[in-house]
Amino acid sequence: MAFRRLTDVLAAELVKLVRRPANWLLLAVALVLSLTFTYLVPYAGYLDGTDPAGGGTGNVPPTGPGSGGVAEAAGDGLAALLPAELVGNSIGGLPIFLGAIMLILGVLTVGGEYGWGTWKTLFTQGPSRLAGYAGKLGTLAVATLGTVLAIFVSGAAASGLVAGVEGQPVHWPSPAELAVGVGAGWLVAMMWASFGALLAVLLRGVALPVGLGLVWLLAVQNLLASLAAPLLDWVAQVQKGLPGPNAGSLVAALGAGPGTPGVEQVVGGGQAALTVAGYLVGFALLAGALLRRRDIL
Amino acid sequence: MTDIPPEPTGPPHPVETSGLSKRYGDLVAVDSLDLTVRAGEVYGFLGPNGAGKTSTLRMLLGLVRPTAGTVRLFGRPPGAPGQLDQVGALIEGPACYPYLSGRDNLRVLARYAGTPSIRIRTVLELVDLADRAGDRYASYSLGMKQRLGVAAALLKDPRLLILDEPTNGLDPAGMADMRALIRRLASAGCTVLLSSHLLGEVQQVCDRVGVVSRGRLVTESTVADLRGTASLRVLVEPLGAAEERARALLGPDRVRVVDGGLDLAVDPDQAARVNTAFVEAGLAVRELRPRERDLEQVFFELTGGTDAAGAQRSEEVGHGVPATY
Repeated sequence: MAFRRLTDVLAAELVKLVRRPANWLLLAVALVLSLTFTYLVPYAGYLDGTDPAGGGTGNVPPTGPGSGGVAEAAGDGLAALLPAELVGNSIGGLPIFLGAIMLILGVLTVGGEYGWGTWKTLFTQGPSRLAGYAGKLGTLAVATLGTVLAIFVSGAAASGLVAGVEGQPVHWPSPAELAVGVGAGWLVAMMWASFGALLAVLLRGVALPVGLGLVWLLAVQNLLASLAAPLLDWVAQVQKGLPGPNAGSLVAALGAGPGTPGVEQVVGGGQAALTVAGYLVGFALLAGALLRRRDIL
Repeated sequence: MTDIPPEPTGPPHPVETSGLSKRYGDLVAVDSLDLTVRAGEVYGFLGPNGAGKTSTLRMLLGLVRPTAGTVRLFGRPPGAPGQLDQVGALIEGPACYPYLSGRDNLRVLARYAGTPSIRIRTVLELVDLADRAGDRYASYSLGMKQRLGVAAALLKDPRLLILDEPTNGLDPAGMADMRALIRRLASAGCTVLLSSHLLGEVQQVCDRVGVVSRGRLVTESTVADLRGTASLRVLVEPLGAAEERARALLGPDRVRVVDGGLDLAVDPDQAARVNTAFVEAGLAVRELRPRERDLEQVFFELTGGTDAAGAQRSEEVGHGVPATY
C-alpha cells in the first residue's frame, strides 16, 4: 500500500516534470552549452588554425564545460573532439556549468511548491511529507539521468560528425567506460540537484535559493580554488572536502580535461566518488528532515 | 467490588481538538481551542481576519504542528496512516500548477490521493468547470481557480470536507452554487467544516457555528441559538409610563429603553398580550414588531471588532449564548 502510494506520487511528479516548460528550457540550455563549448568552439578554433594541433599559433582557451580545456591540455585539439574522448567530454561540465543547471533544476522542482503554495494542496491529498519528498527525489533522479544521457548522446553525435568530416577513425569508449561515465555524471548531477532541493526547502522559495546556489557554485568555488587555495594551505586542505572540488576530481579521473573550469584532480577518483555520494545523501536527508519537521505555511 | 461505568462508545467525531494552541514567537495564533464537529453537520467556523481560523485548519490537516493540544480527525492524529483518506480540504485559497490545465492539475492530485482518474470528470461537473477543464490554470479567473480548488477537495469523495473561505472570488451566482453544493454534500452525509468571515453565507448553510476571536473560541452554538431569542420592539407613548408598565408585566430584566422605544426580551408570540396591557393602561402604541438579531450583530458583539475593549467583551462573554439583557 505504501509502495503503491509512493509510485503514485512519483508518477504525479513525473507528469509535472515533463509538462513544465522551464525544465525543457533547462535541458536545451544544458545541451547547447555542452555542445558549444565542448565541440563547436574548439572545432572552430581548430579549423581557424588557432589550435596548436591545427598548426596555428594561438591557444584554444579553456572556456567551456567540456573539452575546450581538453584540447589545450592534450595538445591535440582534433583528437580531443573524437569519439574516444566522449566520456570525459560529456561529464567535464558537471562540476561547474552543467552543475549550475542541475542546481536550478533542483530548486525549481522543490521550490516551485513553495512559490505556488502547492505543498498544502499536495499534502492534504493524503501522502506523507516524506512520500512527497521521495517523489521529488525520484523525479530529480530521472531528470538528471535523462540530462546526462542526452549530453552523452548529443556528444556522441557531435564527435561522430567531427570524425566523419575529418576522416578520422572512430573508436568509441567501451560499454563499461560509458556506464561508469554516465554513472559518475549522474552522481554529480544528482548531487547538485539535491543541493538545489535543500536550498529550496531551507529558504522556502525559488529566487533566493537559485541566487545563493549560483553564487556558491560559480563564484565562491572558483575564488576558493583559484585565489585562496594557492595562498592558504588550510584552504587547500578544506577544498578536498568540498563538493565542487570532489566533483571536479571525479570527472577528471574519468578523462575530463584539467583545463576545464572546475576540473582538477585534488583527490583520487574513488575518494571523490564517495565524497560526492556522501554529499548527495546528506543534502537529501537534511532536506527531507527539514521538510518533515517544519510547518507548511 | 466497585462497578465502573462503561466508557461512552461510538464512532469518533470527524473533528475533535482539545486544548489546541499555536504560537508564532510571541504571537498566539490559536489559544486552547476545544472544537468538535459532529458527523453529518455543516459547521461554520467564524471569525475576523487573523482570528486563527486558518492556523486551526492547518493544524487539523497536519500542515502546521500545534504548540500544544491534540487534534483528531475521525479519531486519528495528524500523520497517522490514512488520516486524510476521507478528508478533502481547500485551505487559504486554491493553489495549483499554472502550466497545467485544470484537468491535468486534478490528474496530478488524483495520483497523490490514490483516487481513480474517473472521479475527475465527476468533480469537474460538480463545480461546473467541465467546459474549461482543458484550459491552462494560469488563464483561469479567480472564481474558476476557486472552483478548481473545491474540485480538488472533492476528489476523494470525502466524508469530511474542510473549506476555508470557499466563496472567495466567486460572483453572486457562483456563491449561490457553492452554497447549494455544500448543502447537497451535507445531505449526502458529508460533514463540512466551513471557515468563513461571510456571515450571510454561514447563516444560510451552517447547522452549528463556532466563533473564534484572537485565537480563542468565544462561543459554539446552533445558528438559531446564537442569534438568540427574538425580542419585541415597541414604539409607545408616553415612554416612561410604558417602561414602568412593561417592567411590571415582564420583569425588570426584560425591558430596555433603546433609541426612544422599548426592547422587550420576550417571545414575539407575546405581542398581543403586551399590546393589550399597554392599551388597557391608556398608552398609545405606534409600532410593535418582532425583532430578530442577525448573525452579524452577534458576531460583532462576540468578537468586538478589533478594539481592545471588544476583545475584553469577548472574553467576558465566554462560551454559550451571549447575554444581551
